[in-house]
Amino acid sequence: MSINPKKNPVDRTALSVAFTVGLYGAAFGAAGVTAGFSILQTCLLSILLFSGASQFAVVGIMGAGGSAISAIATATLLGFRNALYGLQMAPILKVGGLKRVLAAQITIDESTAVATLQENDEDRKRGFYVTGIGVYIFWNLFTYLGALGASAIGDPSVWGLDAAVPAAFCGLIWPRLKNKTQFLVSAIAIAWALLLTPIAPAGIPIITTVLLAVIFGVKK
Amino acid sequence: MSAIWIAVIGASVTAFLNKYTGHSVPEKWLNKPGFMRINALVPIVLLSALVGVQTFTNKKELVIDQRFAGVIVALIALRFKAPFPVVVVSAAITSAAIYNWF
Repeated sequence: MSINPKKNPVDRTALSVAFTVGLYGAAFGAAGVTAGFSILQTCLLSILLFSGASQFAVVGIMGAGGSAISAIATATLLGFRNALYGLQMAPILKVGGLKRVLAAQITIDESTAVATLQENDEDRKRGFYVTGIGVYIFWNLFTYLGALGASAIGDPSVWGLDAAVPAAFCGLIWPRLKNKTQFLVSAIAIAWALLLTPIAPAGIPIITTVLLAVIFGVKK
Repeated sequence: MSAIWIAVIGASVTAFLNKYTGHSVPEKWLNKPGFMRINALVPIVLLSALVGVQTFTNKKELVIDQRFAGVIVALIALRFKAPFPVVVVSAAITSAAIYNWF
């Protein structure tokens, strides 16, 4: 497979998502070191765990003095959506053995989002792999750089990175909102997550929005 | 082994189990229209919730700050069909400008 962002719109989307999200890895690297993780531990989270929200949860909770169990539980809850994404991607990718292990590792928000935006299975596969591998490379590279330069880029707000990530997610949701019901479900999900944030453990406000998908999915 | 090492390894293991389990559930489970409708809504609700949390919260507090301005600019850019990098960069510039100068 050759990547050609100039000619192939799937590659273009995939690489811009990969680079943008990857850049935020610098903020994660800095967050890890600031929370008391070594550079090795911080980089291992990006290499092995490889799911942004879960990684931020782990360093956030440990940094605030939380227990390893609560960090693991929160990260697991946040990562459960990757199981749902895997469920969605498996019939399209149709891979087994070692390839499935690799596909599983890059099954994250971005790779699934770019894949499901495509019109046919060939483009979905391409979108999934180019985005997933691209994010993996950039995310790990910038995690390392961020961990190294933790003090220099300690505050992601200075660079606007704190808004770049939700903006990137908006760009991924926008094309999916094709009717009033989908807009409504999106708005309710945001409201739900915000209402639960002050009262529920981290991760619960996000994962429980799956209930909304069930309610609105069954209703129709 | 320190608590941090336990967290790093434990969370990495469960993260992979989450991902791999999803890929390994029987394909026929997906051939139900109700399930497909639910599954299609799943990324919408989770990504929307993530946008909400990443834009309006700081730990457990609800806040409105420079990130909201950045996201508004991103939505305007999307409304006018701007390409993805423009959406993201315009949001970052807006947020950084407000954060650094106000």
